[in-house]
Amino acid sequence: MSLRSIRWTAGVAVLALALAGCTGGGGGGQAASGKDISVYICEPQSLIPQNATEVCGAEVLAALFEPLVNYNAKSSKMEMTGVAKSIDSTDEKTWTIKLKDGYKFSNGEPVDAASFARGWNAGAYGPNAYQGASFFERFQGYDDMQVPKGAKPGTKPKASQLSGLKVIDPLTLQVTLSAPFSQFPVELGYTAFYPLPRAYESDPKKFNEAPIGNGAFRMNGTWKHNEQIATTRNDAFPGGKAKVGGVAFKIYSNINTAYNDLLAGNLDIMDALPPERVADARGQLGDRFIEAPSSQFNYLGFPMYDKRFGNPDVRKAFSMAIDRDAIIKAIFNGAYTPAASLVTPMFGNSGNPCGETCTFNPAKAKQLLAQAGGFTGTLDMWFNSGAGHDKWVEAVANQLRQNLGITDVRFHSLDFAQYLGKLEADQITGPFRLGWVADYPSSQDYLQPLYATGASSNFFEYSNKKVDALLAEGDRAPSVEAGQTKYNEAEQQILADFPNIPLWFQKIQGARSDRVQNVQIDVFTRIHLADVTVK
Amino acid sequence: MGRYVLRRLLQAVPVFIGTTFLIFALVFAIPGDPIRALSGDRPVSPGTVAALRAEYHLDDPLLVQYGKYMVGLAHGDFGKSFTGRPVSSIMAERFPVTIRLALVAFVFELVIGLLAGIVAALRRRSFADTLVLVTTTLIVSIPVFVLGFTLQLLLGVKAGWFPVAGTADGWYSYLLPGLVLAALSLASVARLTRTSLVENLRSDYVRTATAKGLSRRRVVGRHALRNSLIPVVTYLGIDLGSLMAGAIVTEGIFNLPGIGQQVYLSVRNQEGPVVVGIVTALVLVFIVANLVVDVLYAVLDPRIRYE
Repeated sequence: MSLRSIRWTAGVAVLALALAGCTGGGGGGQAASGKDISVYICEPQSLIPQNATEVCGAEVLAALFEPLVNYNAKSSKMEMTGVAKSIDSTDEKTWTIKLKDGYKFSNGEPVDAASFARGWNAGAYGPNAYQGASFFERFQGYDDMQVPKGAKPGTKPKASQLSGLKVIDPLTLQVTLSAPFSQFPVELGYTAFYPLPRAYESDPKKFNEAPIGNGAFRMNGTWKHNEQIATTRNDAFPGGKAKVGGVAFKIYSNINTAYNDLLAGNLDIMDALPPERVADARGQLGDRFIEAPSSQFNYLGFPMYDKRFGNPDVRKAFSMAIDRDAIIKAIFNGAYTPAASLVTPMFGNSGNPCGETCTFNPAKAKQLLAQAGGFTGTLDMWFNSGAGHDKWVEAVANQLRQNLGITDVRFHSLDFAQYLGKLEADQITGPFRLGWVADYPSSQDYLQPLYATGASSNFFEYSNKKVDALLAEGDRAPSVEAGQTKYNEAEQQILADFPNIPLWFQKIQGARSDRVQNVQIDVFTRIHLADVTVK
Repeated sequence: MGRYVLRRLLQAVPVFIGTTFLIFALVFAIPGDPIRALSGDRPVSPGTVAALRAEYHLDDPLLVQYGKYMVGLAHGDFGKSFTGRPVSSIMAERFPVTIRLALVAFVFELVIGLLAGIVAALRRRSFADTLVLVTTTLIVSIPVFVLGFTLQLLLGVKAGWFPVAGTADGWYSYLLPGLVLAALSLASVARLTRTSLVENLRSDYVRTATAKGLSRRRVVGRHALRNSLIPVVTYLGIDLGSLMAGAIVTEGIFNLPGIGQQVYLSVRNQEGPVVVGIVTALVLVFIVANLVVDVLYAVLDPRIRYE
């Protein structure tokens, strides 16, 4: 190869690159055409409703399915705008659900009582090992659907259908719970309670790749893993028809990349933003920046089995020594609202049920801690690693150091799986961080799993008979509202005992392109896609 | 040569068994319950956890788990991820993406890297040489994610010349990520080629060839360049493997659903079968690439014989 030819080739290569750059203007992205819009999600774990408890899968399924009841986008209150005509009970134990006529799955199959029974039986059936199984624990016959403990692998459960589930006629479903539960109608809007068509039974795996729903949108093709899930408007949908032609759920592994795509005009809606770019987005996007309350509650829990944290005044002193506003401002760019309750004020006690205990007051904190005998030894702070908790946990620790005179602080961060293991084994030696997301708009969903004696997420080992009794009374109450009153009392009692420090509630921070309007995101991070309009 | 290649391929068998076991043991050793972590803050019912643990043999000791995996493998079953997808279909989906990305990067590396190195060597101390020196130093010193996000923002978001993310535009979507992925190795190839060629141009046999009256083209092309390429070929061979395995950052930035992304996710989720499947495939790529490099030696330098 002569020098001349080398130079020539180099020239061509450079030219080719330059050309590729110049002519690429049109190919830069595939902006959704016409009335179609695109939405950011992460790769869902599953698209079978009973197996989708994470937000990405649930977002897609909310577009594909219409539940029995809906939640209002703003107030998050339950509304009877879904498939259910009525949900009634005289004893809060046996429920009669009457369905509206005319709903169909996108393959033409009618949505009847049997389709709901099919979905719920599949969800409860032990060997399916669906993530949403715990939602059916209250149903009569749930235990018979599980593989007995210690049984040989491959053992089948006693029953394959919930005994508490009866199809009375095509539009009437009767549910018997094992105990009264006043909040039952409210939880029916959750993903796990969606109906399933017959097509699910013949091939669940195939169904997972292209779910057939009864919602405002239907699948367009199959799930292209890690790329996108395409849907089109379901014109046969009898509820509120969607205004857009279709929704493409674009799957990103990196939220920063998704945000760049939004800036470049290739993406229409994001229900989250990269935290470090929120400050920029707020200024840059103007009214295209979306902010809404989320149900996500963050707290610092105490291992009450550790003697040093046994006195409630010690725990309260810690809480009063934390300046929540300062941390939210300095570290979170305002992405959170300070918490003064255990339940989002949208569902639970309004105002400031925590009172002065959740108000920053370093002088009082110090005094309270001294009265309670002070704190000796090393303060261990626990959190899960790799999730961006380092900074704020450190800030909280600094405030405790400053305001309470604690000198020795040690940080323990573990990856989530290990962290949960330690929490479950009661091996935590200091305040630990955790969060909680509600699935349906009821205080019960915040309180029972965290504070009832021996409950699944009661990592504090908190136990108060009075609280247990109030929660049970709430469950037995004659109506959703009457139940809520009891739960509110329970919340007050728990705050008096103070097993954990309420820190802050997350805000949903998202963005939209200027093509789309009326983007509403509810407290459960569901975008109300049927209401979105497109230019 | 044939026997040599065969022997090398046979050597790959114990390497294969060793690596699969090592990777399996490493994933096994990650503490914490993967099934429990699968569902986040909200605890799953104990029945679900038990059923999943049984399904993925998580309650068995390491050797039993590994044995079950190998038996499955012998039947062509690569196992499945915790979301229930067969590893074989995950690999079939993701490998083409990474292979495409690696190929584009490899072409950039080969064409730009070699040319820049050759030009710099032939015109030592010229403007071109200095330019290559400065740009390669600059590229080597920038971390990949900085380069990636900067180019994405400037050429993708601001200028709109390239797609910002995804694979929707076919090969065109791979140009920018390919360039980013190639950048580091490209600089190394250019520097390596230059040094090696400069050295050889000064050697006796090149002087002899010139004295024999051979044309400059023949001297550089057939004599000097061929010898100079031996270290470069070694580098390129190993690098082809790293391009495929090391695209985690680039794939993340440009949202390319390749294996780098998958390995990262699967290690985090402790999905043994997925990690083992993909990493083993990568090991095979390395083995083959190294074999090809060794064979190429003999082609480039007739003195090297393997029999």
